[in-house]
Amino acid sequence: MKRTGLGTALLGHGLAFVMFFPILWMLLTSFKTEIDAFSMPPVLFYEPTLSSLNDVFARGSYSKFVTNSVITALGSTILCLLFAVPAAYQMSFHPSKRTNGTLLWMISTKMMPAVGVIMPIYLTFQYLGLLDTLLGLTLIFFLMNLPLAVWMLYTYFKEIPGEILEAARVDGAGVVEELRFILLPASIPGIASTALLCTILAWNESFWSLQLTAVDAAPLTVFIASFKAAEGMFWAKMSGASMLAIGPIVVLGWMLQRHLVRGLTFGAVK
Amino acid sequence: MARPAGSRQRWTMLALVAPAVGVLLIWMIVPLAMTIYFSLQRFNILYPERFGFVGFRNFQILLNDPLFWSSMGRTLILVGASLAVTVILGIVLALVMEREFPGRSIARLMALAPFFVMPVVAALVWKNMLMHPVYGLLSWLTSSLGLPVVDWLQNWPMTSIVIIVAWQWTPFAMLVFLTSLQSMPEEQKEAAWLDGANPLQMFFSIILPHLSRAITAVVMIESIFFLSIFAEIFTTTGGGPGQASTTLTYIIYARAFLEWNVGSASAGGLFAVVLANIVAILLIRMVARNMQNPEKFG
Amino acid sequence: MKLHSLAAALAVTLLSGTAFAQETRLTIATVNNPDMIVMQKLSTEYEKENPGIKLDWVVLPENELRTKVTTDIATKAGAYDILTIGTYEVPIWGKLGWLTPFEEIPGDYDIEDVFPLVRTALSVEDKLYAIPFYAESSFLFYRKDLFEQAGIEMPEQPTWAQLEEWAAKLHDPANNVYGTCQRGLPGWGENMAIVGSLANTFGARYFDEEWRPELTSPEWKEAVTFYVNLMQNYGPPGAATNGHLENRTLFAAGNCATWVDATSAAGYMFNPAESKVVDTVAFANAPIGTVPNGNHWLWSWALAIPSTSPDAEEAKKFVYWATSKDYIQMVAKENGWAAVPPGTRKSTYDEAEYIKLPFAQKTLDAMNTADPTKATAKPVPYVGITFATIPEFQAVGTEIGKAVAGALAGQTSVDEALETAQSASDRIMQEAGYY
Repeated sequence: MKRTGLGTALLGHGLAFVMFFPILWMLLTSFKTEIDAFSMPPVLFYEPTLSSLNDVFARGSYSKFVTNSVITALGSTILCLLFAVPAAYQMSFHPSKRTNGTLLWMISTKMMPAVGVIMPIYLTFQYLGLLDTLLGLTLIFFLMNLPLAVWMLYTYFKEIPGEILEAARVDGAGVVEELRFILLPASIPGIASTALLCTILAWNESFWSLQLTAVDAAPLTVFIASFKAAEGMFWAKMSGASMLAIGPIVVLGWMLQRHLVRGLTFGAVK
Repeated sequence: MARPAGSRQRWTMLALVAPAVGVLLIWMIVPLAMTIYFSLQRFNILYPERFGFVGFRNFQILLNDPLFWSSMGRTLILVGASLAVTVILGIVLALVMEREFPGRSIARLMALAPFFVMPVVAALVWKNMLMHPVYGLLSWLTSSLGLPVVDWLQNWPMTSIVIIVAWQWTPFAMLVFLTSLQSMPEEQKEAAWLDGANPLQMFFSIILPHLSRAITAVVMIESIFFLSIFAEIFTTTGGGPGQASTTLTYIIYARAFLEWNVGSASAGGLFAVVLANIVAILLIRMVARNMQNPEKFG
Repeated sequence: MKLHSLAAALAVTLLSGTAFAQETRLTIATVNNPDMIVMQKLSTEYEKENPGIKLDWVVLPENELRTKVTTDIATKAGAYDILTIGTYEVPIWGKLGWLTPFEEIPGDYDIEDVFPLVRTALSVEDKLYAIPFYAESSFLFYRKDLFEQAGIEMPEQPTWAQLEEWAAKLHDPANNVYGTCQRGLPGWGENMAIVGSLANTFGARYFDEEWRPELTSPEWKEAVTFYVNLMQNYGPPGAATNGHLENRTLFAAGNCATWVDATSAAGYMFNPAESKVVDTVAFANAPIGTVPNGNHWLWSWALAIPSTSPDAEEAKKFVYWATSKDYIQMVAKENGWAAVPPGTRKSTYDEAEYIKLPFAQKTLDAMNTADPTKATAKPVPYVGITFATIPEFQAVGTEIGKAVAGALAGQTSVDEALETAQSASDRIMQEAGYY
């Protein structure tokens, strides 16, 4: 019944092109000179240059922003897994009366708008000396993503047939052995997807990172936001920096697309 | 093992679940309690010496502020409009991308990509390279078609922000709907087809009902995110021109970091928490129902 | 300082194996104005001369800088060692003890050479809390070639009404020449600098003697209506997003016939690499309205050290360097005398090369006649020309600026804008406990 027609193909690629166009345009601009980036009508055919990308790298601070983004995104993801895997494991394989309630309560913490608690967090961070530190930002990303991670892992673990565990338990395996030899191998895909999702969300987060960092811990979002004021207009450089900032994440996202829905809808759609 | 099994079970349970629950509990309760406390104080970090209890004065001033209500209204417009656009476009995209055609997987990836673009980048690209009144691509397009040039962010600030938000979130809606469509039993569609249903009837009598739960999920999850949209406004209009794009989130931000008025920002923050919770309760109900009978979901 | 910088320091020490070669890192927050960019560039010299010092620059647009720096200092977060702030912040923050005073200034720095007027503006009870990097007033930039062509003669003291007439005559958007360019970007230090001084000279004031905002007064309405009409009729497109820097670029590119702004931007017009108006720019007094008071401001961008900085002594050394006679000589040698930071040192104005520049004497005159204690015709409870030196003014000025920009962009009428500004200011003053 599913018929393929030229019409469908054209429509599909047309729509996809429209959605992708802003990214494509940014990609093209990042290989232009600043003068070409500005010319009207827009230059479509040009000699690609790496000059703007080189300029971005030459600004020594750029590597610092990237490093900060990598450290906070990966750090928070690792923390997330460390806390979420045991909790999700326990709740999916040994559920108790309170499990459902706990899980639902966890979503509710995710619903708290950041802006509602920004002042307390800011002042607490100031008090603890966590402002503008990588540790502080990592903690925030970790807490922000933890509920999602628990849920996503929970829905994955639910799908692992209980019989494997039963068999293992008959063999006398303890919790630790159970986790290590049976569960982990079976749940690698779920854990990997969860990790990817946490990384993407932390990398793209902009409210906390704009408010809680200044110099030392500022990640890429802050660097890119600094282009918002047109101090001269360096669109080629802005595009170059943006491409480098979103490139890896878009690729990760593509890898994750099948699993994304489950994580972001708390398992309501899968 | 000397200890009885039940007790051991409880201890492992505690050891495994407690850390996650514990940190989330702190993460939720401490800031919220502080917000409530600050909202009852005169507290501006620029003149700390005037700190003191003022009762509900912050709330009273906030509720009497016309700007607060208009920004609340703009928040609802922003959420409502972005929801409508993303859901409708998401369904269209999902229906197209579900059909088989050569290069479909590439097309899907292209259409999905905007969702992974960091909001700051999305806002900047639209603001500068697409919507700029002089050097933007859109202005070039309209002027080469002989139409007047639109200064998007100055003349249509809310519309522009909705466009940017919708561009980022339509792929998400599409993905959820695709997932849902793929779980639709083939026989159902075939039966309808054989009954001689035309595509429009097919859509309204079979596909849309099937998607209804996915739509609910998209609406609720997007609402939560849309209620706290910040980077898009911060990088494009800064809440302006005038107050034309000042939403609840942005007004609280402005109270906190442009006026350094912790008391007022906290009072406003509590409203944001309440608003988000209204949506959240609905969402949690739906997820809870799903936990009881998961197979019903598509 | 912070956990991770500690860790970083540890790592560096471990790697290099030189456990005692301590490097002092100074983080400097500054505005992205060309004079500061020059300072950043020349500071590599300073690092070369002082191998133990590493300078970290945070260069931001004016509005962003203010937000970041104010939040940082008010919460004592301590991210910066040197701040670029002005005559508004220094007295308030100095009084609160948030800044490290400059005492025992080395003799060869010659602090007496710095204009007493500027020093006073940066002092609290005779203690100097910041060192001026440059100082400015405001005056009228105009294109003498266009004025000559149109047969307009610039009077000794122009008025705003005249300026509007000239703008109408010279406005030629088809050739990318706009009658006038004025700041439109919202911000108390952006559009409110020009709108505030315009309002003063129309007889308006921010607050009455009881500190009640007075933004819906007939004087304010007249002033803002005048400004909005002027800009909508004879301004460049997108004026509501143009700040000082954008207008500076526009004027230098030859797109503006008139521009009232900071005297410190005058030197930039004489840099042939950046400016197409080297031979055609001229200067006159800032226009007046119905009263002469407050038509031009007094401002200084100055370098200050927050009391949280652990390296105050090292920071001071850098501040002395960046504001010294030698630094000015160095800029003169690199970029010509027109490019040196203006308005701070008598010795600069004693240079024959400098004083003959067409803006030099005019800058001094404007600075000397700006009177922060008599900003407008009516009595006011505050000191300051385009701002009031109270901590609440940042918030008040930001709100008024936003509202005015909204009117300029055509989102609201002038009356609506002023009402919004009034109710917002009223709220801020109430919350602060003034009444």
